[in-house]
Amino acid sequence: MPKVLKIKKGVEEGINDFLKFLLESGKVKGIFTLKKTNENGAVSYSLITHLDELKKAVPLFPLMPVNAGKVLSAFTLLEATKDTVAAVLRPCEIRSFIELVKRFQGSMENFLLISLTCGGVFPLKSAVNGEVKKLLPIYWESIKKGNISSNIRPTCQTCEHFIPYQADMTIAIVEKKNTDKECNIFLNTDKGENFAKEAPGDIVFEEMDTNEITELKNKRKTQKKKLYEELGIEKLEFKTLIKIFSACLSCHACSHACPICYCTLCDFESKIFEYKPSSYNMELNQKGGIRVPPGTLFFHIGRMVHMGVSCVGCGMCSDVCPVNIPVSMIFSMVGDSLQKMFEYLPGKDIEESIPFGTFKTEEFAEIGE
Amino acid sequence: MNKEYNPKIIGFLCNWCAYTGADLAGVSRLNVPSSLKAVRVMCSGRVNPLFVLKAFLGGADGVIIMGCHPGDCHYQKGNYYARRRFVLLQKVFETLGLDFERLALSWVSASEGPRFARVTTEFSEKIKKLGPNPAKEEIFL
Repeated sequence: MPKVLKIKKGVEEGINDFLKFLLESGKVKGIFTLKKTNENGAVSYSLITHLDELKKAVPLFPLMPVNAGKVLSAFTLLEATKDTVAAVLRPCEIRSFIELVKRFQGSMENFLLISLTCGGVFPLKSAVNGEVKKLLPIYWESIKKGNISSNIRPTCQTCEHFIPYQADMTIAIVEKKNTDKECNIFLNTDKGENFAKEAPGDIVFEEMDTNEITELKNKRKTQKKKLYEELGIEKLEFKTLIKIFSACLSCHACSHACPICYCTLCDFESKIFEYKPSSYNMELNQKGGIRVPPGTLFFHIGRMVHMGVSCVGCGMCSDVCPVNIPVSMIFSMVGDSLQKMFEYLPGKDIEESIPFGTFKTEEFAEIGE
Repeated sequence: MNKEYNPKIIGFLCNWCAYTGADLAGVSRLNVPSSLKAVRVMCSGRVNPLFVLKAFLGGADGVIIMGCHPGDCHYQKGNYYARRRFVLLQKVFETLGLDFERLALSWVSASEGPRFARVTTEFSEKIKKLGPNPAKEEIFL
């Protein structure tokens, strides 16, 4: 049975106390988590090294201004952090960090990864003028009951991987009824146990997976079908794709926000796929017209081919799209079917090779014969 | 004026096996449909799935990749990677509702002239039945 650090305070106070303990005791040199930047509810990820700044930390705030996996990769691109840093991330952010580490874009060494059972985050567009603050009480209520909070990102509403895979510690939140009195931090690894030594609280033994958690997984599966139908993407075809992406400006914000899209020079922004005047002329002559800028569907389907196997469904792409295209729902739908075919779950196991970079001599035997 | 629909099929043929096999078919005067436009690559593993995607969105009625049989790749492993890339692209097409039947991968060795002729003829017939690629009509791609 998993070991749990039980702190006899509400979960928000409890986790803040625990982070304070980690920093004060010198066990970690920095805490990477969400911090309040103004009273209106604006938050941003910060690396905090002073106890005073830690007072403004809001690790559980349901907003993802940037995929933290991308940020941790930026910190450790050349080498691991010299000092230990405790990072509080959502399950999908850890998964995307691991997918980046697999691509040699970061290092997990010297991080204490703290995660939580995730009830989802609000879309960035709704986080203006203190709106999220108003929605917080309803949000926490649905999480306690093990329900899907409405108003959160569509990809969060349909996410089945809300229990973190590679975290050293997991803060139990989803469907826990006593989060205003207790803070339960599951210690998943030896590293987690070591860092929790001498922390304020008691060590108990509890199960992570409960019936309510399984029920929530099923609720989210059902919600997935419902949202696919509402968006009109449950049965896609060529004409529907053209219609959905007709609003696309080719700003590539989706690609820039995506944690998996790490390429400094993206193929689709390079000379390889640049449209020269001769290609414009050729298409005009053949078809009598051309979309400007060209290559919208090519960019999106091409990006699906490049990163689909590692898509963790974080939802950043949909959030940053200026014209509200349901990018994340479509990309995670393709990602899901690719991952199912290759029996691969991105971010679950650091030892598992990305399907692109490996092969088995005996597989897909029916192809080619 | 109604032109009979002659499909345009882009074929990526690996230099050592498929292209040589195609050449053998030609020298042996076998019947091979003119719908196939061959592009010679050094190895089927060189074929970027984006080539296939660009050909499809550009209006190609069918795209076929041909390489050495698994285990016989001139560069040891290239065709294994080609196989993975092909199933990945096909699955993307299938999930998006694009016509994944217009894509094919086939193993043709250098001595298999008749096999090249047969594979090409069968694929061309299949593409004829599927009709012209709807991407040809679309401007707003």
